[in-house]
Amino acid sequence: MARAISNRKKIMWTALSWGIGLLIFFPILWTFLTSFKSEATAISDPPVWFFFDWTTQNYSDVLERSNYPLALMNSIIIAVGSTLLGIIIAVPAAWAMAFVPGKKTKDVLLWMLSTKMLPAVGVLYPLVLIAKYFGVMDSRILLIVVLMLINLPIIVWMLYTYFREIPGEILEAARMDGAGLKNEIIYVLTPMAVPGIASTILLNIILAWNEAFWTIILTTVNAAPLTKFISSFSAPEGLFYAKLSAASIMAIAPILIMGWFSQKQLVRGLTFGAVK
Amino acid sequence: MTLKRNLMSTAVGFGLAAGLASAAMAEEITIATVNNGDMVRMQKLSPQWEEATGNTINWVVLEENVLRQNVTTDISTGGGQYDVMTIGTYEAPIWGNNDWLVSLNEGMAEDWNADDLLPAIRGGLTVDGTLYAAPFYGESSMVMYRTDLMEAAGLEMPDAPTWTQIREAAAAMTDRDADINGICARGKAGWGENMAFLTAMSNSFGARWFDMDWKAQFDSPEWKETIDFYLGMMNESGPAGAANNGFNENLTLFQQGKCGMWIDATVAASFVTGADSTVADKVGFALAPDNGLGKRGNWLWAWSLAIPASSEKQDIAKDFISWATGQSYTALVAGEEGWANVPPGTRTSLYENADYLAAAPFAQMTLDSINSADPSNPSVQEVPYTGVQFVAIPEFSGIATQTGQQFSDALAGNQTADEALANAQSIVTEEMEAAGY
Amino acid sequence: MATEHSKSSARLMIAPAVFVLLVWMLVPLCMTLYFSFADYRPMRGTFDAWIGFGNYASFLTSSSFLSSVMVTLQMVAGILLITIGGGVALALLLDQPMFGQGIVRILVIAPFFVMPTVSALVWKNMFFNVDNGLFSYLWKFFGAQPYDFLSQSPLLSIVVIVAWQWLPFATLILLTAVQSLSSEQLEAAEMDGAPGYSRFWYIILPHLSRAITVVILIQTIFLLSIFAEIFVTTNGAFGTRTLTYLVYQRVLESQNIGLGSAGGIVAVILANVVAIFLMRIVGKNLDT
Repeated sequence: MARAISNRKKIMWTALSWGIGLLIFFPILWTFLTSFKSEATAISDPPVWFFFDWTTQNYSDVLERSNYPLALMNSIIIAVGSTLLGIIIAVPAAWAMAFVPGKKTKDVLLWMLSTKMLPAVGVLYPLVLIAKYFGVMDSRILLIVVLMLINLPIIVWMLYTYFREIPGEILEAARMDGAGLKNEIIYVLTPMAVPGIASTILLNIILAWNEAFWTIILTTVNAAPLTKFISSFSAPEGLFYAKLSAASIMAIAPILIMGWFSQKQLVRGLTFGAVK
Repeated sequence: MTLKRNLMSTAVGFGLAAGLASAAMAEEITIATVNNGDMVRMQKLSPQWEEATGNTINWVVLEENVLRQNVTTDISTGGGQYDVMTIGTYEAPIWGNNDWLVSLNEGMAEDWNADDLLPAIRGGLTVDGTLYAAPFYGESSMVMYRTDLMEAAGLEMPDAPTWTQIREAAAAMTDRDADINGICARGKAGWGENMAFLTAMSNSFGARWFDMDWKAQFDSPEWKETIDFYLGMMNESGPAGAANNGFNENLTLFQQGKCGMWIDATVAASFVTGADSTVADKVGFALAPDNGLGKRGNWLWAWSLAIPASSEKQDIAKDFISWATGQSYTALVAGEEGWANVPPGTRTSLYENADYLAAAPFAQMTLDSINSADPSNPSVQEVPYTGVQFVAIPEFSGIATQTGQQFSDALAGNQTADEALANAQSIVTEEMEAAGY
Repeated sequence: MATEHSKSSARLMIAPAVFVLLVWMLVPLCMTLYFSFADYRPMRGTFDAWIGFGNYASFLTSSSFLSSVMVTLQMVAGILLITIGGGVALALLLDQPMFGQGIVRILVIAPFFVMPTVSALVWKNMFFNVDNGLFSYLWKFFGAQPYDFLSQSPLLSIVVIVAWQWLPFATLILLTAVQSLSSEQLEAAEMDGAPGYSRFWYIILPHLSRAITVVILIQTIFLLSIFAEIFVTTNGAFGTRTLTYLVYQRVLESQNIGLGSAGGIVAVILANVVAIFLMRIVGKNLDT
């Protein structure tokens, strides 16, 4: 805003926003704090905030009991793999829909979105039987394909809405210069499309990272990602809040950090055509 | 069928011979297990087996519900992802009957003494003389109570209390201002949660799930009495969030000193007297209550290791199971972690071991509880099924979880006992008809 | 404008996406359809390939079906209400001048990165638990009786958990929309002496309508299939059994694949009804 803003107003907004921001963030902060407590401190009455014997015992317990590096590796490979595969398939499709729309384009797009509504558990047995038939149970490639298919409609939709905002005149100008479809894509449109693609990639990495039905059912050891790793630490016998917190932090920290560093890119293209 | 069985067992025999021949070859096996304390300990000690045999283990340690979801999908599709699965007394006979599990009658290590297993536990894992799973630890249920609170209330706990005595003691111990609840019991919905407790309890009230024609019995006066008693006692003396409390929530409460009594699995004994407990030196044990009808409200369960028929490494799996459920494993745990921490409730020899009896004040009570459970005659009345706190039919887990939700809802005060019973009756009737009974 | 050549190459470009989604739709869906007409109960060793519409009849007439549809609708509506109401408020707030805007934005979007299982576990155990949850301490601090959220207000508890996860998503999309609102428009309104609420009502909200429809559409698609949050917190007890969860119970807990498959098909049909309904609204909004 161009006009001068009184400092008092600014301070007021700052206080309010910080308060609400911290409130929303609080569950994560509390999990983080709890992960450094002993099990007994974690449920002490009244709760303790910062002044307790900080310990990393929970983290070493969790590391000792499970194969965290493998789970982390699997999460990364599956999330990134399925997203990239989805992008490769979706970019041409979204492109064509946005720039060469036909009569059926809208219907195709809506139909794609509707496949997303297939309730996972309804196709559980068929999918497990198919996976077993091809001998790909507990393999990364299976999860990459399945998660790609689940998220493909969202990827196509997101790219389509982004591409549509690229002004058509630029294309026309390029065509007048005699550029072929190939050159048109490489030199004119790709640079303009990059922010949208980047943000689509980020959003889908998050969605794939957090998918917690198929990743648990279709894996055992070799392809088991962090969602399955967490299941080892929920509700065992005895006190478990501190260890659960440590495992939770280990599972969400990588994606959280990635999200924070890339939030500008994420936000830039995350409009789904919401803004004209 | 018999011919197939014979062929199969011959094949297994050959397989065993081949297995012995190739024992030097290092193999990888995948084991699915629950994240309970005893299993986590097994995982921690397993490198000893790995070193001795040269094989390696892939552990899949999961929370109970997720574990079930995984192994059930695997076994019913013949997935073959696991070489050893941790299952319970409910699954073992049903899966064994479907030929989904490998017989453990032969091929186990020589010093793995099947005759040493407690008869009640072994019987629950056997179908037509074939043992389908090896018990890792066994449990019944019993009363754990706070000796100091009983004393303060001027009461004495008999070794074999009645439900009325329990209810009175609970009311006497309850002091909600001091955050002490007289009775803690399962309220969380689930066939293995509140329905395990309630079914076992209903047995002692003379109730049963089905009559001899497989007709649901939730409209019987015995069930009404059971549920009324349960809700009445829990409302008088139970903790605030009882409807969400399962084994683990109650364990935490008891360890924090917030329960006067807790009726639950016998394995809890080593936890409430263990290091995490603030009341470790004030705990007494008694048999599960009865109602003067000749049956006690205690159950019978064994977390057991089984080998799916789809496993390709059955001999190595058997070798591992022999190790994990054998007597030498008990000695190993005793040496590393003390006698109180050995997996209880599976072997006669353990209850004859003077060291164990000295270290575990709850040993005798556990053994008596296990021995007094009778899966083939669970209730006062005649029943067409086996199983104490469950009915050993495949439909049970589904219908009992749904009925459990009704009773959990009643405990939360969202509906009355009569509504819960009527709903349970119609759910069970509907599902049993659909299942063709 | 588009030449024949570019049209055919466009078709070629769409083909892979359509093809894989068709396979994904058709193969598991056809198998589910096939199972839905079968009596398939692996635990009993039963497989009878054709029993007509028996599974559909018993799924649709069972007492749990209608209530599960209602629960699903209530849950989705509740979450949408919170995320959109909160999202609009947050978006407007974050648009105000303040110190450390970047950091506040990071704090606000953080829940979106937390996997559903983790957030359900954390909320259930560390906040809602009546004995050791933070809310109980808070209640006791103010002298109130601890409240057992998960059994007394189960639906609301789950709505809160899921809304917490989706609030950042709504906020981000709405924030972009708020920022695109030209300040001249607002200033002009201010000069005309329009009070704050009417500025909101007549200028800001209409401007956001398109973004709100988009948020409703995208979130509904995800919310119709909520599973982990229910599985972890109540296991479907206390009237929190959604249609997805009912299908899960039929397939995995009761091991009745035929019945569960019929339920799955019913769920797909209902989801598509909702989808078409939504598309109508959104389509209208997006066409322009």
